[in-house]
Amino acid sequence: MIKSYKLRRTLANTFIYILLAVLGIIWLFPLVWLVMHSFRIDPNGGTPAILTDHLLPYVSELGFDNYIGLFTETQFMQWFWNTLFVAICSCIISSLSILMVAYAFSRLRFKARKPFINVGMIMGMFPGFMTTIALYYILKMMGMSQTLLGLILCYSGGAGLGYLVAKGFFDTIPRALDEAATIDGANRNQIFWKIILPMSKPIIVYTVLTTFISPWCDFILVRIVMGDNVSRYTVSRGLWMWTDKEYKADYYRYFLSGSVVVAIPITALFLYLQKYYVEGVTAGGVKG
Amino acid sequence: MTYTEYMSLNVFQRFWYKFTQFIKAIPTNIKKFFCFIGRAIKNFFVGIGRGTKEFFLGFIKGDIITKLSYFIMGLGNLLRGQILKGLAFLSIEVGYILFMVFFGAEYIGLFFRLEAVKTTQTIEFMGKQITQEVVEHYSYQILLYGILAFMVTIAFIALYIVSTKSARNNEAIIKSGKRPPKFREELKELLDSKFHTTMLSLPVILICVFVLLPLIFMITMAFTNFSEMNYDSFNWIGLDNFREIFSTSDSGGASMGYTFACVAGWTIIWAIFATFSNYILGMIVALMINKKGIKLKKLWRTMFVMTIAVPQFVTLLVMAQMLGSSTESPLNLIISMFTGTTSSVNILTTANNAILARVSVILVNCWVGIPYTILMISGLLMNIPEDLYESARIDGAGPVKSFTKITLPYMLFVTTPYLITTFIGNVNNFNVIYLLTEGGPKVSEYKYSAGKTDLLITLLFKLSVNQNKYGLGAAIGILVFLVCATLSLITFNMTKSAKNEEEFS
Repeated sequence: MIKSYKLRRTLANTFIYILLAVLGIIWLFPLVWLVMHSFRIDPNGGTPAILTDHLLPYVSELGFDNYIGLFTETQFMQWFWNTLFVAICSCIISSLSILMVAYAFSRLRFKARKPFINVGMIMGMFPGFMTTIALYYILKMMGMSQTLLGLILCYSGGAGLGYLVAKGFFDTIPRALDEAATIDGANRNQIFWKIILPMSKPIIVYTVLTTFISPWCDFILVRIVMGDNVSRYTVSRGLWMWTDKEYKADYYRYFLSGSVVVAIPITALFLYLQKYYVEGVTAGGVKG
Repeated sequence: MTYTEYMSLNVFQRFWYKFTQFIKAIPTNIKKFFCFIGRAIKNFFVGIGRGTKEFFLGFIKGDIITKLSYFIMGLGNLLRGQILKGLAFLSIEVGYILFMVFFGAEYIGLFFRLEAVKTTQTIEFMGKQITQEVVEHYSYQILLYGILAFMVTIAFIALYIVSTKSARNNEAIIKSGKRPPKFREELKELLDSKFHTTMLSLPVILICVFVLLPLIFMITMAFTNFSEMNYDSFNWIGLDNFREIFSTSDSGGASMGYTFACVAGWTIIWAIFATFSNYILGMIVALMINKKGIKLKKLWRTMFVMTIAVPQFVTLLVMAQMLGSSTESPLNLIISMFTGTTSSVNILTTANNAILARVSVILVNCWVGIPYTILMISGLLMNIPEDLYESARIDGAGPVKSFTKITLPYMLFVTTPYLITTFIGNVNNFNVIYLLTEGGPKVSEYKYSAGKTDLLITLLFKLSVNQNKYGLGAAIGILVFLVCATLSLITFNMTKSAKNEEEFS
């Protein structure tokens, strides 16, 4: 009996291993394809074709030309610095707004609290880029159309509405701590900076991570805000432009290599801080 | 039905019972929802009434300084020792009057007509006198600036009420023989009992300018005929945009009503399939990874998580290329490897094969979405106490039974809010559809070059960005909002999370 049970378990585990391996291949194949083809060059020195008749490039076709060209012949570096600047600024403003709003709604009690929460919830339910066209006109009114500052404000302006995850986390910190601090003579400001924030490392990392990554991934808002001002594009808009019909033949190789250059730091950051990301997702997504 | 009766049912009967209970509860919940709205409106007006009464009573009963400070904001502070606060109020009033005189009043006046203001100008061109029309105020400027002026006015009224209240308070304080608080003391209050003002003011201002203002702008736009053709000057047209969405009048074999109905139907089907396929498949994979005795857990998890970390537009554009129609696209290469003949299958945008395209986008969405579910479920699985499984095993439950009796109920219980948010996220899932198929395959029965995989959100984008029909696009946006809002409010009311907000504190 025991023997057959063991056998059954081994069989089940083998089956799971095989299944996981197959799934792993399916999930990783597009990424492998992306990386391998980003190194594919034309051995004769021309522009490599967009696709080849073999799944992965031959060794003789590999080279660094696409990467060298990306940094020397295109505007990629410019876009990269633009994005880094926008991402850092909007990350600071957004994270501060989110944490401040979350703390106020979670810890402080004031008359307008419930109405504010309800109004915020309703505003959050409008489809996100219904407002992008309007934002374009508003930036134009402020004289900030096609500027990086305008883009930063667009990314971080509505950040306060994304307080839900952080509020869920703050709600779980025991009230007794606040009361003890109040008895010791701390005011609410000190409680926020000296007690709540030091205890909220996971949610701070989560907030900073998500707000930092989002400008790297957005391509709609920047398309509308920047229009045809190519030198102010962010990487995502620039790379997307290279897959347009008129650029694709010449620039698809740079799209691939540029994507890898963008993906590497974000992936590294993400894998490094994965633990906090999971905590954030589970804190915000679930509450029985 | 009593508990024992319920326990004696089999799984399917139980599911059916719960399902009917859910359906039966919907009317009550809708009723509750509207009662809640009614109560909120009632409270709002009662509050306003009380405030107005206090406002006028304060004016009648107040002394001369208080009375005057109803007209000159801040006077009640200035003359009673709160110099800085009084000056702040005064400058707000002056600023508002200047704003209205030089800017706001004109646009508020134009707002109701909305037509562009044009002047004729005579210029000399190549020795000839030419009169030409110059647009002085575009309609979109009038609309935007008008809304801005209204918002500034509302903010000013709020500040005005605050200032009169402060004047009345000061009078009462002086009557009781004390002195009004100094500026520094009030600043200190901002860090303690009024800390919420400090925390919320900056985010709220940002939200007002970058979310509320554009939202109101777009909502009002839905009632105008703003489009590429009348970019300079457009008018209020009432509900015509909404009428067009539901109209069945044929133009060139396609009607907007039909297009909208089909796209909305597919949006719902898509949202249901995309949400539940991700949820169920993701849970299965997560359980496999977390099964006891499976080694290299971290490696398996990282493999899936990699795809979250790479920006979505990159993976989706690569996917679109890989599944494309060219005989050299990886999908076709793989197919021809197995069949031995060259294949040029195009699963994403083959005309007349909507089913294939729809199934492919759902499958690609699984590729995108399952890792998120795995991450979340793996986090949650660790929260289920191990002794529950142990006691189940002692009682003779096999792995299947302990899954259906322990894991699944627990998961469904804690992840309901997650399911609702993913569902709404999928209704608005722009990236997957637009980057993969751009809504295609296009069909002639749909208007505005909509296609079979178009969601309402991509239709909105096409209408407002590609076709420049801003008014119509905004109207569709409002409809999407109404559907999402009612759906989530009703379901959120049903879950416990809304009720037990204070449970932990």
